[in-house]
Amino acid sequence: MTVQDSITVDLAEVSVRDLNQRLHHLTDGGDADWQILNPRGQHAIAVGLMDPVQITIDGPVGYYCGGMNQNAQIVVNGHSGWGVAENIMSGVVRVRGNASESAAATGRAGLVVIEGDASSRCGVSMKGVDIVVGGSVGHMSGFLAQTGRMAVCGDAGADLGSSIYEAVIYVRGDVESLGADCIEKEMTDAHISELAELLTRAEVAADPSEFRRYGSARNLYHFKVDHADAY
Amino acid sequence: MTVDRRTVRESATFPPSVIAEIQRAADQGIYDIRGFGGKRRLPNFDDLVFLGASTSRYPLEGYRERCDTSVTLGARHAKKPIELKIPITIAGMSFGALGAHAKEAIGRAATEMGTSTTTGDGGMTEEERNSSKTLVYQVLPSRYGMNPDDLRRCDAIEVVVGQGAKPGGGGMLLGQKITERVAEMRTLPVGIDQRSACRHPDWTGPDDLAIKIRELREITDWEKPIYVKVGATRTRYDVALAAKAGADVIVVDGMQGGTAATQDVFIEHVGIPTLPAVRLAVESLKELDLHREVQLIVSGGIRTGADVAKALALGADAVAIGSAAMLALGCNKPVHEEDYRAIGAEPGYCHHCHTGRCPVGITTQDPDLERRLPPEVGARHLRNYLTVMVLELQTLARACGKSHIHNLEPEDMVALTIEAAAMAGVPLAGTDWIPGRTAF
Ligand code: SF4
Repeated sequence: MTVQDSITVDLAEVSVRDLNQRLHHLTDGGDADWQILNPRGQHAIAVGLMDPVQITIDGPVGYYCGGMNQNAQIVVNGHSGWGVAENIMSGVVRVRGNASESAAATGRAGLVVIEGDASSRCGVSMKGVDIVVGGSVGHMSGFLAQTGRMAVCGDAGADLGSSIYEAVIYVRGDVESLGADCIEKEMTDAHISELAELLTRAEVAADPSEFRRYGSARNLYHFKVDHADAY
Repeated sequence: MTVDRRTVRESATFPPSVIAEIQRAADQGIYDIRGFGGKRRLPNFDDLVFLGASTSRYPLEGYRERCDTSVTLGARHAKKPIELKIPITIAGMSFGALGAHAKEAIGRAATEMGTSTTTGDGGMTEEERNSSKTLVYQVLPSRYGMNPDDLRRCDAIEVVVGQGAKPGGGGMLLGQKITERVAEMRTLPVGIDQRSACRHPDWTGPDDLAIKIRELREITDWEKPIYVKVGATRTRYDVALAAKAGADVIVVDGMQGGTAATQDVFIEHVGIPTLPAVRLAVESLKELDLHREVQLIVSGGIRTGADVAKALALGADAVAIGSAAMLALGCNKPVHEEDYRAIGAEPGYCHHCHTGRCPVGITTQDPDLERRLPPEVGARHLRNYLTVMVLELQTLARACGKSHIHNLEPEDMVALTIEAAAMAGVPLAGTDWIPGRTAF
């Protein structure tokens, strides 16, 4: 790789603020690979990116890494703190370790891959994003999920998909309990092939036919007093 | 047999309105959901009066001597603070709750007056971005329509923790108002009842809020002022924590603040009035030595230039109006009276924004009703109203001898009631007594 093809930024020497500003105003390196060293759990690394750059972060990141991402391809070689890829618009954010709470919260589109486990409220309020979790997710994952797809290769914690709208959740392992208005739905061939495509795109090896599908019973779409005990 | 009206006696505990509500609840089995703000009597700015200058102070000449009304918001951390010509801003009201004409009218009027408008729960529309010179973009728990492009093209960002009509509660937009455009903006199916979240999806507590604010600053290159809006409840602590979390501006919305639709029980029974909230917020900022460095905007039941002057005298930097702006646009105006009756209301008593059938075309998505509010006409009315408020504010400030409205101070006022004296921290008229602070 030539020098132009790879740009290295060491966060032990450069501030997150300087890094983000550089990434927001790319005059060079728009098509280069960016290597970010020593993130050391700092927050808001590589947020608000707009260009289709490749970013590899070597080490653990704090809150909101890749937040509101547009077009960039971000890989975290480590664990992530809260709200990784929150409100992602497009592009890919991949965490090779585990993710803390609210991974991909409110994500609008794009793909978020957590190769390890994700903590509680993974995909909370998701609005179109695709999420693939190689391990398990914590409680209240898919809470208020509006649209988009979440595939969990491991288990799901309590209250999965609570108050879910039109999002679809696939889980391969055990589901501790389903949340308000979330039900298991039939897994048709069309769903299996859709999931297969998603897993392939996420580069996560799992047999799509082993998953079960969950979604909204749509009973809470209109407030009726008869449903008051569902909340 | 006729009944002698003098012999029937109304129960103070169960007056006809309470009887009607109990029987409505018994019939329908669901709480009352409505728009507008609190309707009960609360201690408010009317309970304070100014001490105009006389022998001990001298006033400024009306129509001659300048009384400046400009406000700068957000210079604490933002590279591009907001400069407003007047200290009256327009509060966040969602597209969805309001129709596009109302939003556009508000944007035009605010722009002509040199002040800001605010988006709401549902994202930013082209109409309001194009019609508003200074637009505050709300980051709400629901995050409907949230996107980085709008963050970058707004002029300030307001992280909404809560609002005065429902601190601790989320928004509510009933199915009849979820048209295709509204549904698309919120990524939800058309026609469903939509309850916005009451807490943010990706942070809890003030330490997380500080990190969230940092993220928003990073995304926008530290250019935009960041506001934090709270409903008035534990105001002293909420303001201190918002300031500590790094807010440039704090918005405190008293319990009189309006809403498009919430449970009546919430509107009337949660939160504290604006009057004590201003004092608590100012005290909190002073304790941190941040008064005026972090600006304070107060809202909730602001109606006149006198209300504005009193809020500023207590230490606010600016106010925000929502309900009053809608009233200026024609809300509750005695026109199309049949249409008020069709939704169970009367002009002057309407709180039926939740129905989506607003008779004057403000809180509706129905094109026929919306046509009743041409944006240019609405804008003219709102501009007139804001002009009157500013003139009133300047009149009062000059009478107190102030060449800038921010020179108004608590010492310029006394209270007419003991409760207002205690809440506002100014003496009861004719005494030196501030209940809770000084001995009578
Ligand atoms: S007139 Fe319209 S805006 Fe005013 S309270 Fe009635 S429905 Fe709401």
